[in-house]
Amino acid sequence: MQKKFKIEVDCANCAAKIETAVRNIPGVRNASVSFMAQKMLLDADDERFQDILQQAVRAAKKVEPDFEIEL
Amino acid sequence: MTKKQKKTLRRILLAAALTLCAALLLSAVSLPWYGQLAVWLVPYLVIGYDVLYKALLGIKNGEVFDENFLMAVATVGAMACGEYGEGVAVMLFYQVGELFQSYAVGKSRRSISELMDIRPDSANLEQADGSVQAVDPDEVPVGAVIVVRPGEKVPIDGVVASGESTLNTAALTGESRPRAVRPGDGVISGCVNEDGLLRITTTKLYGESTVAKILDLVENSSLKKAKVENFITKFARWYTPAVCLAALVLALLPPLVLGGGWGVWVLRALTFLVISCPCALVISIPLTFFGGIGGASRCGILVKGGNYLEALAHTGVAAFDKTGTLTRGVFEVTRVSPAPGVDRDDLLQTAALAESYSSHPISKSLREACPGLDARRASDAQEIAGQGVRALVDGRTVLAGNARLMEAEHIAYTPDEDGGSVVYVARDGAFLGSILISDEEKPTARAAVQDLRAQGVRTVMLTGDSPAVAQQVAGRLGIDEVHAGLLPADKVRQVETLLAQKPADAMLAFAGDGINDAPVLMRADIGIAMGALGSDAAIEAADVVLMDDDPAKIGLAMRVARKCMRIVYQNIVFALGIKALFLILSAVGVANMWWAVFADVGVMVLAVLNATRMLNVRAYQKQ
Repeated sequence: MQKKFKIEVDCANCAAKIETAVRNIPGVRNASVSFMAQKMLLDADDERFQDILQQAVRAAKKVEPDFEIEL
Repeated sequence: MTKKQKKTLRRILLAAALTLCAALLLSAVSLPWYGQLAVWLVPYLVIGYDVLYKALLGIKNGEVFDENFLMAVATVGAMACGEYGEGVAVMLFYQVGELFQSYAVGKSRRSISELMDIRPDSANLEQADGSVQAVDPDEVPVGAVIVVRPGEKVPIDGVVASGESTLNTAALTGESRPRAVRPGDGVISGCVNEDGLLRITTTKLYGESTVAKILDLVENSSLKKAKVENFITKFARWYTPAVCLAALVLALLPPLVLGGGWGVWVLRALTFLVISCPCALVISIPLTFFGGIGGASRCGILVKGGNYLEALAHTGVAAFDKTGTLTRGVFEVTRVSPAPGVDRDDLLQTAALAESYSSHPISKSLREACPGLDARRASDAQEIAGQGVRALVDGRTVLAGNARLMEAEHIAYTPDEDGGSVVYVARDGAFLGSILISDEEKPTARAAVQDLRAQGVRTVMLTGDSPAVAQQVAGRLGIDEVHAGLLPADKVRQVETLLAQKPADAMLAFAGDGINDAPVLMRADIGIAMGALGSDAAIEAADVVLMDDDPAKIGLAMRVARKCMRIVYQNIVFALGIKALFLILSAVGVANMWWAVFADVGVMVLAVLNATRMLNVRAYQKQ
């Protein structure tokens, strides 16, 4: 399943860091974070999507405490 | 400015004032080193606490090397070497640069959303009692009646229930082409209602409507990143550690070899770190693509990602579908060939009158070719299936139809073997001449093809039409290569052959109507769907969507893409060039930390300003 989320990140480099961190979560097929559009795309296994999303948010907040997401 | 930006600005002003106070204080009274440090630490912490915090956080998370780390090490190092003023100044200028960057990005974001100012704020929903209430477009169900007043945007796709007006599609297509609508006509959201009041029965939810789909497409386009964008992200990941290593070598090796002089070399190494910050690249390249996609969408060209913009810039082959793409897909009288001694107008009018009771598309195009005819001049019209019509025109028997009709009636006619549909006309048994009816090329088609060829693109036409027609159209438009008589599956095969022939770095674009050509659109490197206004299938299938059906937009899209790539490469070369220069200057001791911070912030500001040129839509519309 692919889903897009509205997010808040402060800098382009932070977006890149979040992208890398989320991509490294097991079960994530693809992730893309756009600093310009303030959006995140998450493509992950259907049945574990919610779980993976939670992990992604945690990972993102860890590398970038200012990260905000609209779920 | 946002709240965060205002807060940063206040911090910068406060820190600048404190720095000034510190400098004045220390020039008036002489303090021991710890006293000086304490005085300088006040402005330093005010301006730099978040950078220090983020640097520590990065170390904790194992993501050590980023700009926060570089700045923290450089400034703490400078303070440790006793260069208190420099340490504070570097942090201050770094924050000024960051603020500028964040402001510029926010401004671009806003101007893009202004460019795409098609999002309706509310819909006027008609209630059961006839009153009208403004509601969120998301809350309007399918089949509800909404009221659109003059000057308002149509918020949701639907059908006109009552009222007549003119709709302007400029916000969607980039060009103002008013379209008249009356009850029963479909209307597309995003158009502006120009004069009359319209009541519209919705046929879709807001989320499924054209305007929502377009906005979604544009907003999500930056998630599909170009190769060069991913390259810069990767590059930054090894570049920063590499520079840190180089700085370490610079700090340790020369003093060890030369023996002593530690302070000088450590300071040079710290200067190195300040210059090495990759922010100019990391921010300006996504910003350029974002501006390019936004600017293109203002011209009615929706590009689904930075990767497609990158591919468009390298287009080597452009393949076209014919009907509906290069031609209008509407049949018109293109040539009248009267028999010797017959008047041209007489032939055309006779044919039009004879066909005046027929509803066939060919009859329609005949009638359109000579408007204002009095249909009462024709009578006793009789259709002959598969052949044509027989009718009385001004009391004389007229036959109008294909070659089979002429042969069946034993009329000596001159066959016209040219492509298209030919109508032969005879009156009282005598041949009057023939009329060629064919699909007309779009007015901009020739210029569009020539524009592409001027940009060095090989043009190919793929069509299901007969070779004769295809050759003729291709000849008139100046297309390089024609493949005719193709079934949809043949088109895919032909595109595969073209893909195999072309050089690896040249991209193949295919432009089609998006409905019948979906498989071909998917197979090509860049699928361009034309005339997508109101066609969901086309928006889904293509990589680049042209809102109107103007083929000239293909060349425009390529120019936008090239400009975008040019700015991207300019910024890469410029930023890396200046940084390399200053790295050398600081290594040999010519550039000090002041130069370094100006080089870093200056390069970033210039790169960002260069990137914002992409937002200037008029510049490429004019070309």
